[in-house]
Amino acid sequence: MTQTRDPHTVPTGLPAGLWLPALAALTLITLPVVGLLVRAPWPRFMGLVTSPSALAALELSLRTAAVSTLLCVLLGGPLAVVLARGLVPGLRLIRSVVLLPLVLPPVVGGLALLYLLGRSGFAGYALDVAFGLRVPYTTAAVVLAQTFVAMPFLVVSLEGALRTRGERYEAIAATLGAAPWTVFRRVTVPLVLPGLGSGMVLSFARCLGEFGATIAFAGSLQGVTRTLPLEVYLQREVDVDAAIALSLLLVVVAIAVIVIARPRSVEGWQ
Amino acid sequence: MKRTRLMIIAFVVGVLLAGCGGAQSAAPTTQRVPVTVLAAASLQDVFTQLKPQFEAANPGADLRFSFGGSSDLAQQIVNGAPADVFASANTAQMKVVADAGKVAGQPKPFATNVLTIVVPPGNPKNIHSFADLAKPGVTEVVCARQVPCGAATTKIEQTTHITLSPASEEPDVRSVLTKVEANEADAGLVYVTDARSAGGKVQQIDFPEAKIAVNTYPIAVINGAPHPDLAQAFVNFVLGPQGQQQLAAAGFGPA
Repeated sequence: MTQTRDPHTVPTGLPAGLWLPALAALTLITLPVVGLLVRAPWPRFMGLVTSPSALAALELSLRTAAVSTLLCVLLGGPLAVVLARGLVPGLRLIRSVVLLPLVLPPVVGGLALLYLLGRSGFAGYALDVAFGLRVPYTTAAVVLAQTFVAMPFLVVSLEGALRTRGERYEAIAATLGAAPWTVFRRVTVPLVLPGLGSGMVLSFARCLGEFGATIAFAGSLQGVTRTLPLEVYLQREVDVDAAIALSLLLVVVAIAVIVIARPRSVEGWQ
Repeated sequence: MKRTRLMIIAFVVGVLLAGCGGAQSAAPTTQRVPVTVLAAASLQDVFTQLKPQFEAANPGADLRFSFGGSSDLAQQIVNGAPADVFASANTAQMKVVADAGKVAGQPKPFATNVLTIVVPPGNPKNIHSFADLAKPGVTEVVCARQVPCGAATTKIEQTTHITLSPASEEPDVRSVLTKVEANEADAGLVYVTDARSAGGKVQQIDFPEAKIAVNTYPIAVINGAPHPDLAQAFVNFVLGPQGQQQLAAAGFGPA
């Protein structure tokens, strides 16, 4: 962050020993996708990715991932601020708890949601009795599952951005007489917007790829709960080509999201 | 500082090496021949029970199982996974392997499985027949028609003209069972053997229409099996009296 560099000069001082592992890392990430590309059923590709079930899954995936990302921002954003700035006892413990969805296998997260919000779970039972609401098997369940698994990505990246920014500007604003809410709105939020942006990209990407928690908690029904990863998993049973085509569709959507949103947000805060 | 870093690197490398070494030393040092059997997940209990009997009858054989979804296993074999025997939960996935030229000889049917209804203990929605599943107010969960158990469900629906409107079409039997065990569904359609293995966590309700869709399990020696003789011996063992007895005890029907 403190390092300044003229973009027109060749970067110097990069240890040579980094190139090989860096190249290996890049290879590990890209080669499997190349494998998909090589194996893809190109003549049938358009037909496979525009089938009614594929389009329904794609639409549901984009819709739920968008809502889940918004929920992550509305709920996880404030949590990140509290974690970075709040003077609450046991903050370190809370910080580890936030990471729980990252460590838990998603299926376990889905089962946990099921045992909480299913009709035998205490919260699910209360909702059912009080409002006649049942969460599992609904699109809302998909959103909940995605929000659960994606929340840490937003919280962690936003908290990191808040910490590197420090509190100098806020302190100055406060000495000038701004109320805490005004400081937050006019100083903190604009300063961490890039960090928030990259957190949102990560969360959205995680939501888009979510599988385990969704299948365990929400089930799988076309147009209601069967998102693109669930459709891929199912198609694989009958038509591997269709599964590969749909996987590539998912890759394309993910890359589009990253390319459109990522450079602005990441490079913006250097 | 530099020293600490070196020590960390040495430590990491050491751990990695130890990890590799561990995997090596875990392999049996005896001269037993490994026979790799790729089998459908529903066969896990039966095949695991058959292992000591087979190894007693064939000293020197070391049975190794890889259980999973038949379609996954079929793809693994087609893509060159080293395997001696493939036991599939349906003929379609055996055909995938056979079409790729990976089956030695003819696949042999060795068991059958039919669907049954499972309900939470106490049967809260009073379900006693296939038609009861279509009653309003019943939340039922089935397999998606793309997978064998779902194909069987669809076949029964078409033949009986009873149309279900499931809350979810799951990608495998296991997920259906989990939903019923969690009391998140009033009923589910699974195989008889799955209902058996769930024990008291679900109640099993057999229905006569199940025989409309009988699922056949084929077994075959893989073409290019590292140990074809022992592979054939295992196939014969499964088809023989001991294998058939264990299969029947687990709820499988005769082929």
